[in-house]
Amino acid sequence: MASVPFEYGLAVAGVLFVLGLTGVLVRRNLLFILLCVEIMLNAAGLAFIVAGARWGQPDGQVMFIFLLSMAAAEVAVGLALILLLYSRRKDLDSDALGMGGATTPGGSPGTARPASPVGAARARPPAVGVPQGGTRR
Amino acid sequence: MNLVYAASACVAIAATIMVITRRNAVHALLYLVVSLLAVAVIMLLLGAAFVAALEVIIYAGAIMVLFVFVIMLIGPRNDTVSARDWIGPVILGLILLAELLYIIAAGPFAPLAVKEVDPRQVGIALLGPYLIGVEVTAFLLLAGLVGAFHLGRRLAVTLGRKGD
Repeated sequence: MASVPFEYGLAVAGVLFVLGLTGVLVRRNLLFILLCVEIMLNAAGLAFIVAGARWGQPDGQVMFIFLLSMAAAEVAVGLALILLLYSRRKDLDSDALGMGGATTPGGSPGTARPASPVGAARARPPAVGVPQGGTRR
Repeated sequence: MNLVYAASACVAIAATIMVITRRNAVHALLYLVVSLLAVAVIMLLLGAAFVAALEVIIYAGAIMVLFVFVIMLIGPRNDTVSARDWIGPVILGLILLAELLYIIAAGPFAPLAVKEVDPRQVGIALLGPYLIGVEVTAFLLLAGLVGAFHLGRRLAVTLGRKGD
C-alpha cells in the first residue's frame, strides 16, 4: 500500500527526464536547450527526493540541495555564455552556430573561429553573416 | 492524498510537454514554472517540505528570473500576450491552487513517506558527513560566480565596441 507512491514518483521522474532529454535533442535554440537541461536536473532531483522518502533517510534531500546549487551555478555561466554568443552572432540556432552536424562549418568564415582568450581585440561579431542552412525550429 | 499526488504528477508532465513544444520562449518559461511548482507539490506530499520550499524559492523563483532576464535582454519577437497564450498555464495553475486549498482544508496529513525527514535531520547530515560536499559546492558556486563575471565583462566589452 505504502510502496505504490514511490514507484509512481520514480516513474514521474523518469518521464520528466525523458521529456527534458527529448527537448535537448529536438530543439535547436540554445535557450531552450538550457531550459531542457534544467528539466532533466529537476527530474534527477525528484528521483533523489523519492528515494530519500522511500528509505526515510536525509541523504536524498542533501543530494537535492547539492543539485540545486549546481544548477544555479550552471545556469549563471550558461546564460552568460548565451548572452555573449547572442551579442556576437545575433542568433541562437545551434546548427547555424556550427554546433550541430547538419551543416558543415568549414565553408563560412564565421563558424570555425575558436573562442580564444585573446578576446576582444579580434572580435568583429555581427558583420559575419549567419551561415545558411539549419532551419530554425 | 493519492489523488492530489496523481493530479500534480499529471500537471507536471503536461506542463513539461508544453515546455518542450512551445515556440515562444516566454510561454515555455511560464509552463516550466508551473511544472516546477507541481514537482514541489509532489515533494511536499512525500514529506520533504523543506526541499519543496527550496524548489519554489530557488528553482521557480531565482533561476527562472535569470531566464526571464536573459529573454528580456535578447528581446522577444512579439510583446503582446493574448489570452490564448496564458490560458494553458492558468488552467494548470488553478489545478495546483485547488490542490493547495484541499491540502489546507484537509488539515494535517500523513506524508506518503515511511517516516518524515524533517529539516533538522537534513541539516545534521549536511554539515556532518557531507561537510566536504558543502565545501566543494562552495567552490563550485565561486567558480560559477567568477565565470559569469568574466563572461559578463567580455559581454560589456563587446557591447561597448558595438556602441562606438
